[in-house]
Amino acid sequence: MTLSPALEAKFQKLLTNYPEGRQRSAMIPMLLFAQDEIGSVTPELIQEVAKRIGTQPLQVEEVMTYYSMLHAKPWGKYHVQICTNVSCMLTGGEQLWEHACEKLGIGHRQATPDGLISLEEVECIGACSWAPAIQVNYDFHHKVTPEKLDQLLDSLRTHAV
Amino acid sequence: MPYNEPHPAEVRIISKRFGLPNSASIDTYLANEGYQALDKALGMTPDAIIDELKVSNLRGRGGAGFPTGLKWSFVPRTSPKPKYVMVNADESEPGTCKDRLLMEFDPHQLLEGMMIGAYVIGAQRGYIYIRGEYRYLIEIMDRAIEEAYARGYLGDKLHGTDFTFHVRTHTGAGAYECGEESALLESFEGKRGIPRIRPPFPAVAGAYASPTLLNNVETFSSVPAVLRMGGPAYAELGVPRNGGTRMLCLSGHVNTPGVYEVPLGFPMMRVVNELGGGMRAGKKLKAVVPGGSSCPLLKAEECDIPMDYDSLAKAKSMLGSGGMIVMDEDTDMVRVALRIMRFYQHESCGWCIPCREGTTWLKKLLTRFVDGMGQPNDIVMIGDLAKNMLGRTFCPLGDAAAMPTIAIIEKFRDEFEAYLADGPKPRREELVYA
Ligand SMILES: Cc1cc2nc3c(=O)[nH]c(=O)nc-3n(C[C@H](O)[C@H](O)[C@H](O)COP(=O)(O)O)c2cc1C
Ligand code: SF4
Ligand code: FES
Repeated sequence: MTLSPALEAKFQKLLTNYPEGRQRSAMIPMLLFAQDEIGSVTPELIQEVAKRIGTQPLQVEEVMTYYSMLHAKPWGKYHVQICTNVSCMLTGGEQLWEHACEKLGIGHRQATPDGLISLEEVECIGACSWAPAIQVNYDFHHKVTPEKLDQLLDSLRTHAV
Repeated sequence: MPYNEPHPAEVRIISKRFGLPNSASIDTYLANEGYQALDKALGMTPDAIIDELKVSNLRGRGGAGFPTGLKWSFVPRTSPKPKYVMVNADESEPGTCKDRLLMEFDPHQLLEGMMIGAYVIGAQRGYIYIRGEYRYLIEIMDRAIEEAYARGYLGDKLHGTDFTFHVRTHTGAGAYECGEESALLESFEGKRGIPRIRPPFPAVAGAYASPTLLNNVETFSSVPAVLRMGGPAYAELGVPRNGGTRMLCLSGHVNTPGVYEVPLGFPMMRVVNELGGGMRAGKKLKAVVPGGSSCPLLKAEECDIPMDYDSLAKAKSMLGSGGMIVMDEDTDMVRVALRIMRFYQHESCGWCIPCREGTTWLKKLLTRFVDGMGQPNDIVMIGDLAKNMLGRTFCPLGDAAAMPTIAIIEKFRDEFEAYLADGPKPRREELVYA
């Protein structure tokens, strides 16, 4: 598998981050950074990571399935993650979640047919004091209202054209 | 100003640089007492630093509140193995959002704390395990690390001494359980986040089975202040056995939620009424979760207490991670209980049966309740199931799931009974995790 120059550089640096013989430590960062670029953890990526850190592909697969951010199927271009954990629940997170599901016509870990937006109900994302909070890919949005969510979802659509 | 206005009642020790322009840069840090504690530390013996920490009464800010000086003294410094400094920046306990700010606005303070730790135990490598969702913090910390190398605070043979120290960031990928120290170490080694049997504790056999100093972001970030001020002055800020200040993450039904730094022992009702600006829409207070969702919640009438580890333990709760969630009179406690259980059930690593099955069955029972299909027996069954998990699980996640459930069902039993009396409810599309 050929990696982009940026990803190749990242992989090289990750391998040197850990003591000699401990390169397996780079597995999860490699998978996550590569997934950000490729869109999912593909079988080729699993092979590639295994080769680089000196494990069996099965060991990578076994680890990968434990972590909720790593996924084998691609999500939407914009992955909208809505927190409904306690602080967000108390301030309207569940309403945001229902609103988004209704508006997009999709549910938990599903994507719109055009592959643009996917949805996930997530656990606390560390924004409780500015709840309700959502994350679009890695960007935080705080104190979200249904109106703000509408604007945000609309702007994702316009961005894409 | 970062995220929320500071409040005059705060005592800003570790958050004092938050509002400064370019607060994350090494120049701002150096211009504001930065790296002075390290200078001081390098002139002290490791034992003297540990003593200073013991006198300061600094206790772990990650959850359990273990005395930091004592923990540092457990690392076998003479071991021939390499030693590691590990920062727990997994911050996933619901209600908690402070480590994020400490890294965003004052990354060098964390690095300085790590350096002092490295000097004490003789570590040459340190890592910051950052939860995967906090991607932007990896960039901020990496930049700060680069600055520290460029200015000679990290690298080989620093400050004309034998002190060598290298720091790297590391990322998780979405797993609450990886905040538990031994699961974190497994995850760091590129494995599933299944906790390890202890003893040996990480201090003795941590990363790569080597001695490892593992603390929370806020704990390491407090160390420079302890050395700068001196242990006794730091202890003096708080109350006996509970030294210094801590970051409270205030959320829920208050007017001005936010992250505030207060001395240990600060009255809980002042947090609600002053820092929080009182209850939203003039509602009455119903309950407070004092330190993250795993802490048993307190009813309004139990909230007239100081916020410190010992006072909260006396009230049969915990100061935990400082995630204080305030609930008003309209809050549906049965739904809160279900939401908390959904979280722990989702995050249970599945390794041991009482937790894996206990959280699953509790979630089912609570879901049935919320649907209005609860059986009269269920109230007792929920309590029994939760109590039978206590102390019977491999790691403390089982307790973390059981404790709030027991508190809710005991303190708000009437709400469960009201659900029974109401009968079936139209089913809300309750998410069942795939
Ligand atoms: C299920 C579970 C999750 C935890 N999550 C975190 C966390 O996200 N951050 C943290 O610092 N400590 C967390 N802890 C506590 C750690 O195990 C450990 O006690 C702490 O990091 C030690 O640091 P301290 O002594 O500075 O508090 C968690 C504990 C458990 C049982
Ligand atoms: S208590 Fe829960 S999280 Fe901890 S080891 Fe057992 S199953 Fe895993
Ligand atoms: S509960 Fe939603 S961000 Fe913490």
